[in-house]
Amino acid sequence: MKLQEYRSKEILARHGVPLLAGETATTPEEAGAAAADIGAPVVVKAQVLVGGRGKAGGVKLAATPDEAADRAREIIGLDIKGTVVKTVLIAPAAEIAHEYYLGLILDRASKAITVIASAEGGVEIEETAKVNPGAILRLPLHPLIGLQEHEVRRVGFFLGIPAGLRKDFATIMRGLFSAFVASDADLAEINPLVLTDDGRLTALDAKIVLDDSALPRHPDLEAMRDLNEEESSEIAAREAGISFIKLDGSIGCMVNGAGLAMTTMDLVKLAGGEPANFLDIGGGAKADRVAAAFKIILDDPNVRAILINIFGGITRGDEVARGIVEARAQLTRDVPMVVRIVGTNAEEAKPILAEANLITADSLDDAAAKAVAAAGGAA
Amino acid sequence: MSILVNAETRLLVQGITGREGEFHSTAMLEYGTNIVAGVTPGKGGQAALDGSVPVFDTVVDAVAQTGANATCIFVPAAFAPDAMLEASDANIPLVICITEGVPALDMLRVYHVLRAKGTRLIGPNCPGLTSVDEAKVGIIPGNIHARGPVGLVSRSGTLTYEVVQAMTDAGIGQTTTVGIGGDPIVGTSFVDILDMFNQDPETEAIVMIGEIGGDEEERAAAFCAREVRKPMAAFIAGRTAPPGRRMGHAGAIISGGAGTAESKRAALEEAGIRVADSPSHIPQLLRDAGVR
Repeated sequence: MKLQEYRSKEILARHGVPLLAGETATTPEEAGAAAADIGAPVVVKAQVLVGGRGKAGGVKLAATPDEAADRAREIIGLDIKGTVVKTVLIAPAAEIAHEYYLGLILDRASKAITVIASAEGGVEIEETAKVNPGAILRLPLHPLIGLQEHEVRRVGFFLGIPAGLRKDFATIMRGLFSAFVASDADLAEINPLVLTDDGRLTALDAKIVLDDSALPRHPDLEAMRDLNEEESSEIAAREAGISFIKLDGSIGCMVNGAGLAMTTMDLVKLAGGEPANFLDIGGGAKADRVAAAFKIILDDPNVRAILINIFGGITRGDEVARGIVEARAQLTRDVPMVVRIVGTNAEEAKPILAEANLITADSLDDAAAKAVAAAGGAA
Repeated sequence: MSILVNAETRLLVQGITGREGEFHSTAMLEYGTNIVAGVTPGKGGQAALDGSVPVFDTVVDAVAQTGANATCIFVPAAFAPDAMLEASDANIPLVICITEGVPALDMLRVYHVLRAKGTRLIGPNCPGLTSVDEAKVGIIPGNIHARGPVGLVSRSGTLTYEVVQAMTDAGIGQTTTVGIGGDPIVGTSFVDILDMFNQDPETEAIVMIGEIGGDEEERAAAFCAREVRKPMAAFIAGRTAPPGRRMGHAGAIISGGAGTAESKRAALEEAGIRVADSPSHIPQLLRDAGVR
């Protein structure tokens, strides 16, 4: 789960990282008041989870509180890559002498929390990795003893932190590490970490991505989820215990198992269609979960056919077949459905599906081809 | 022969009295797996699976009493890291963790502690493994297998079943099928399993089922180019997955433009491994590569 900048900064501040926190606002009036409170000049920053908000006009400087209100009026409601801005952060403007990048990631290759640092901050680290990989330090930390002082020093020297600020840098590095561990993060980055004209180090922007698997033990962090940034169908899916990602195609997919769900999407594409979603209904799915999945898929007006692909292991084919027939009777919108059920109790599923006049298929390739044909026919 | 487990394996099940543990232990027993013990703290002294398997409070007790030499873990995610550490601490050499949703930072510690001790960990978030007609450990349906010359390794669950079923239907049997798990941090990599298959005299050919995220498939390709002379076929799931989104599995994510299906496919093909467009094409690729 990605956290908004102001949430990420809240967490870092708790761990002693110096930053220009600012205040959030959802109206121009609030923004003006916040600017007056903080003291202009300020920066008005769109709070969205997508990258590239600066280029999209989502970050603007304001010299006075009135200007801050005007800038907020421009930014609130702005569409940045499909996300409409609801909240802005009003933060003190900093006079920047230098920008650094400082991040921690959970690196699956080295199986360690790994420091990523670069003296070329203010740009995306992936960009630096492409154009100047030598400017990046990657330092895997010991998985059992964590960040050590010699590592803090090494990163500081690599970045060329001015001699008088090394202690301050150590505080920031340690704070970032302790925030990462305490919140079970996948990624925590300060970009840029700035050296100001008056010789201070401060975190100008921050991003934290949390490990979804650890969220159950962090209810306080779960509460930071920004529902404004999620598809309503994805929120409904999460509540139903279904793994779902909305895409742009016309063929809805309902599958058990993540790998098979991805494969089903791939085969729809191979057959000349476009998948409307990724959907893993999970193990041991019963009628209620099938019904919830139908509702989520059909919530998307682009869907013109549904491909249901179930490999029965724990999941019993006949139970899913009955679930499909029952749920279909409740639907307000009907589209052609292609059902492929194999594995446990697949034979028992066949008469149930046949009686309901559903299109069936034995192989996945055949099912994908039939779904693509059905979607074309329904257009 | 087969790899990792066989008819001699003496299996312990941690969480044997839970809903999942009991259901799958019954299926394992039916398959012929030698389940010698179960562990559920507080239920020591009872017997599980219709009285056929003794239950112990601790793994140490279970090992001392039964000589268990492998364990299959079905406990909930919050307790799974501790269960893996307990098994390793009791000197069980092979730990298979089925549990999904283990926090990654917990897995980091578990991974390194088990590695230092020399414990072989499969998973977590995996379907387990089957050495055909010898032992089934985990949740892979037993009836999809047929004994034969092909080893299979995968990061997935039901997609594995799909490929195994396609092979069996085509008359191509398996030695062992292994699901290594869909999490970012898992105990055993593709390379580890490929190395075992490569050294197993009975395994004549290898199938590898990968998916988007990480660089395990690329590493596997490099290893195969260097070490493996047995015929191979592969499939990579997630060609249509959008970047930056986790596709069900915690580890299935294209991040910063890396970990795409295209890059994995290219790496495998460069290593001389043919990659199928559909799971149903795997049997033909194996035939083409000389599998009888």
